[in-house]
Amino acid sequence: MIAVELRKLFRRPRTWATIAVLNALPIVVAVLLVITDLAPRPGEGPPFLSAVLTNGALYPLAALAIVLPLFLPIAVAAVAVDSVAGEAQAGTLRYLLARPAGRTRLLVAKLVAVVAFVLVTVLVVAVVGYVLGHTLFDAQPVAGTSVSGTSLTVQQLLGRTFLSIGYVTVSMCGVAAFALFFSTLTDSPLGATLGALAVLVASSLLFTLNAASPIAPYLPTRYWLSFVDFFRDPILWRDITRGLALQGVYVGVLLAAAWANFTTKDVTS
Amino acid sequence: MSAVIVTRGLVKRYGRLRAVDGIDLDVREGDVYCFLGANGSGKTTTVRMLLGLVLPTSGEVELLGGRMPRAGRRVLPRVGALIEGPAHYGHLSGRENLALLDASGPGGRRRTRRTRIAEVLEQVGLAGVGRRPVKAYSLGMRQRLGLAGALLRRPELLVLDEPTNGLDPQGIAEIRELLLELHRGGTTIFLSSHLLAEVEQMATRVGVLDRGRLVLQEQLTALTAPTGRTVVHTPVPERVRATLDGRVQAVDGQRVLVKGDDPAEVNALLVQAGVPVSGLALERPTLEEVVLAAAGSSTDRVEARGSVR
Repeated sequence: MIAVELRKLFRRPRTWATIAVLNALPIVVAVLLVITDLAPRPGEGPPFLSAVLTNGALYPLAALAIVLPLFLPIAVAAVAVDSVAGEAQAGTLRYLLARPAGRTRLLVAKLVAVVAFVLVTVLVVAVVGYVLGHTLFDAQPVAGTSVSGTSLTVQQLLGRTFLSIGYVTVSMCGVAAFALFFSTLTDSPLGATLGALAVLVASSLLFTLNAASPIAPYLPTRYWLSFVDFFRDPILWRDITRGLALQGVYVGVLLAAAWANFTTKDVTS
Repeated sequence: MSAVIVTRGLVKRYGRLRAVDGIDLDVREGDVYCFLGANGSGKTTTVRMLLGLVLPTSGEVELLGGRMPRAGRRVLPRVGALIEGPAHYGHLSGRENLALLDASGPGGRRRTRRTRIAEVLEQVGLAGVGRRPVKAYSLGMRQRLGLAGALLRRPELLVLDEPTNGLDPQGIAEIRELLLELHRGGTTIFLSSHLLAEVEQMATRVGVLDRGRLVLQEQLTALTAPTGRTVVHTPVPERVRATLDGRVQAVDGQRVLVKGDDPAEVNALLVQAGVPVSGLALERPTLEEVVLAAAGSSTDRVEARGSVR
């Protein structure tokens, strides 16, 4: 069942088109930076971007930071809502369930496929960023610079980059959980995508509002950019662990709700 | 003969509307059971409850001896279904669609998959369709592919909702032939339709649904049994009346209804008297007459509130 879902997802032209579009932005940014040589000053613009002109080895992280606020969640939400609502709209859901695929099994297989998509997408962004960083910029193979100003060895840099990729993947699983839940509520993938995006936009907006500070620690997007803390010396774990715990709670609760809803609902699509 | 589909007091309520209102279906092994009803009479909701897609408000469904929806994993692999038109992944080929469907549930052995797919495509007349994506198929081809999906695991029971939708007359005849052949091979067929003429040529049993209630469930032969009257076509109805004094029950133009269930005997009397007869047959009610008598008006009609029906 899981193999079937993975095959469906990755044989679909739309999946690869989404990943391609997602990578377009970091490529455009890199090209512009090289041509103009105008990096944002430290503390402005997406994290890491100010440093890439001096060290291209940081570009994978800059690329992730560029797509993280908007592009990546949109892509993840668009793919995740297809899980149930997309099948419902195409009419294939009734045939899958009458096959019988089993509702819980189907949901688990869809979830695994979405997580695989998130992982592949984040990895592709990182790899494209790596290639860009090493071809367009001066990569310093010996040592990267940490945000705190100290030097990191190549191993440290590599290890922390992978930790960041993992962290971003977990954050995106939170988005996927919202999208999956909404997709069990409706037969319209568009409606479910908008629902998931509304949550994210609301969360980002509330995060900037001082009056919302009491609920800020619980906003789903609150700790998304905390992967920057992997590049402090030593690693600042406080926000990272909070971010992981928060996403864990969101994923757990939303998946339970999605399961409860999907296994008891009438499939009339 | 064992029961293949049994429902007891099956009810589905949507808010105040009772879409299905306490029906007791009884489909036996070897039946071609035709499930008739106007649009909106609850056919599709019933079919979906049989397959565990819609959960009943009350009542129970037994499918191949298992309580649905709990027994779905055990019994559904032995059921082939076409539910409210076919649905496929448009960007994949027909073959690929069938392979994915087969792989997404139990009971479809991987080793035999390719041969089974080739066989069913041959059966439904799509053997030469090649690698074309389904989005390039015509409506009739999609319908055939949907049927192929239903046949993929040689099911004991076929549940088909409007299987000839979108097919041209040749296609309809072809699919009917295929279904009758499967039936001869021992497959029980549950066919939901509102095309009475089509049904009459296949059914062994008929159930009629009207506004969520099962108003009729009977063998087709019993429903269309002779009425004990003979229909005589003649250019001179008044001479028939004179000859068969007292036995003529109705005259409608050149059509005369005569009491008596032996057309030969009626014919002999008329020929002896020199009455010209252009046609002679036992009177049988058509399925259409039976169904219309059992069911009310079309449920597409929305009457004004308070109007008397």
